[in-house]
Amino acid sequence: MSGALQDWKSQKKPFAAVVTAPVFWLALFFVAPMAIVWLYSFGQNAGPVDIEISGTLDNYKRATEWLYVSIFLKSFAVAALTTLLCLIIGFPVAMAITFAAPKWRPWLLLGIMLPFWTNLLIRTYALMALMGTNGYMNKGLAGLWEGASWLRTLVGMQPLEAWTPVQLLYNNFAVVLGLVYVHLPFMVLPLYSALDRLDKSLIEASLDLGAGHFKTFMQIVVPLAAPGIVAGVMITLIPALGAYLTPDLMGGTDSQMIANVIERQFKRANDWPFGAALSFLLIYAMFILIAFQSMRANKVKEV
Amino acid sequence: MFNRTPIAPLEYTRKLWMRSWVGLTMLFLYAPLILLMIFSFNDSKRNVVWKGFTLKYYEKALNNDSLVEALVNSLTIAALATIVSLVIGALAAVALWRFRFPFKGLVEGTMSLPIIVPEICLGVAFLIFFAKVDWPTDLPWPLNLSAITIAHITFCFPFVAMVVRARLASFNKEEEEAAKDLGATEWQAFRDVLLPHIRPALVAGALLAFTLSLDDFVITFFTSGPDTITFPVKVYSMVRFSVTPEVNAASTILILLTVILTFIALKLQGVKGIAETH
Repeated sequence: MSGALQDWKSQKKPFAAVVTAPVFWLALFFVAPMAIVWLYSFGQNAGPVDIEISGTLDNYKRATEWLYVSIFLKSFAVAALTTLLCLIIGFPVAMAITFAAPKWRPWLLLGIMLPFWTNLLIRTYALMALMGTNGYMNKGLAGLWEGASWLRTLVGMQPLEAWTPVQLLYNNFAVVLGLVYVHLPFMVLPLYSALDRLDKSLIEASLDLGAGHFKTFMQIVVPLAAPGIVAGVMITLIPALGAYLTPDLMGGTDSQMIANVIERQFKRANDWPFGAALSFLLIYAMFILIAFQSMRANKVKEV
Repeated sequence: MFNRTPIAPLEYTRKLWMRSWVGLTMLFLYAPLILLMIFSFNDSKRNVVWKGFTLKYYEKALNNDSLVEALVNSLTIAALATIVSLVIGALAAVALWRFRFPFKGLVEGTMSLPIIVPEICLGVAFLIFFAKVDWPTDLPWPLNLSAITIAHITFCFPFVAMVVRARLASFNKEEEEAAKDLGATEWQAFRDVLLPHIRPALVAGALLAFTLSLDDFVITFFTSGPDTITFPVKVYSMVRFSVTPEVNAASTILILLTVILTFIALKLQGVKGIAETH
C-alpha cells in the first residue's frame, strides 16, 4: 500500500518543514522540564528558594525509608485491586458489546465512552455526593437495614437498632471504588477491541464439541483475548498507580498514595529535591511495568 | 423483545444475567452523573430530598464571576491547545510516516512518553520548569494562560500524532506522486492530496485534544497561578472547602457541553467512526 520510507537527505526541505516544530517542542517543553526534575532529584535545599544540585543520593536514600516504601507498596496494591475489579466488571461488558446486535453495538460503546469523556473531577464529585452520609448509597443501606429489621420482627426476634448513617467516604474502600469508577472505561475499550477481532467460529467449535460455556470461556476466549487483557491491565494500572485526585478527595488520612506524597513535597513540605526523586522513582516503576509487558509480547511473538 | 427466537449459543447479549450485568454497570457509570444533574435543579441546600424545581443555582453559578472566569479560561486554553496540538501532532505524524532519519526511534519513543509519564510527574516538571526559567506571570489575558496552554499542548499533541498516523497508514503514496508528476509543488501536493485524506483524523484528534485539555486537573493544578484558575481547579477548591449546589449547576453545564461535543462528533463521523478512534 504505502511505499518505502524516504531518506531525509533526499528531501531536506520538506523534512525540515515537518520535523522542526515537533522536535523543538518536545525538546523544550518536555525533555528540558523532565531533565530539570531529574537533576533536582540529586540536589538539596540550600536556602528558602535555592536548590543546589550537589549530586547527593540522600533523596533516594530517604525514599527507601519504610514510610515511603510502604506508601509505594500500598499504591501498587490499591492500583492492582482496582485493575482486578475493572477486569472482573469489564470483561462481561466487553463480551456483551462484542456479541450484541450490530445496530446496538455502537451505542453500547458510546455508553461506555461518554463517561470517559466527562470531566474527571465532576465524576469524582458526583460519586462523592452519592456516597456522603446523606447520600443515596446510605439511604439504600438504610432501606436494607430496615428490611432486615422488619424480617426479624416477622420471625419473632427483636428489631435491629435504628440505622445510623455510615461513613462510606474518606477511607480505602472509597478510594478503590472511586478508582474503579473512573478507570472502568479504560479497561472495557481494549478488551472490546481484542474480543471483536476474535474468530467467533472457534467459540462455536468449542461449544459444538461439547465444552460448556465456562470451559470455552476459560480455554478459548481468555487465551485468545490475552493481548487485549494485557493492554487493558496496563492502561488501567498505570494511571491508577499515579492517581492523585481520587485518593486526595475520597481518601482518608491513611489512604494517601504516592502521587499525594509527591504533591506534598512541592506544596506544603516544600522539599522539591525529595519530591523530584519520588517522581522519578514512580516513572521508573512505570518503565519496569512496560518493560515486563513488552518482554511478554516478544515471547508471544516467538511462539 | 424477549425470546421470540431461541437464543443462539453466541448471543450472549440476550442472556438475562449478561443483560443485568451490562445494565448494572451502566447504572454504576451513569447514576452519579444523572443524580448530580437532577439535583442541580433542586430547591434545597442539602442534596438528597427533592424540594421543588429551581434555577437559582444556575443563576448563582453564572453570577459567580470567578467561576465564569474559570470556565472561560478553560475553554480558551482548550481551544488554543487544540489548534497548536493539531499542527504539531499532524507534522510529527507526517514526519514519522514519511521519512527515514537518524535517531528516529529516539524521537518516536520520546514522543510517546508524555502519554505514559504519570500526570503528577509531568505537573511537577512544569512547576519546576516555569519557576526555573522565570516565566512571566503578570501578563495580560490571554497571555497569562500561556504556561498552562504550553503544558496542555505537550500532553495533547502526542495523542493527535497517534490518531493521524493511524489514518496515514491507509494513504496511497502513489496519489501524491501522481500529483507531483502532474506538476504540483510539494506544498500543493500536501494541501490538496494528503490533507483531505487525513481530515477525519484531524477532526478526531481535535476533539480528543479539546476534551483532554478541558478535563485536565493535575497538570493545571501545578502550573496555574492565583490569577489563572481553570474550571477544574476552581471546582476542586469549591469541593474541597464546601460542597455547594452551585458546583452541581456548573458541573451540569460542563456535562451538557461534553454531550453536545460528542454529538457534534457523531454527526461528523458517525457512531462507528467515533468508536474506531479509541
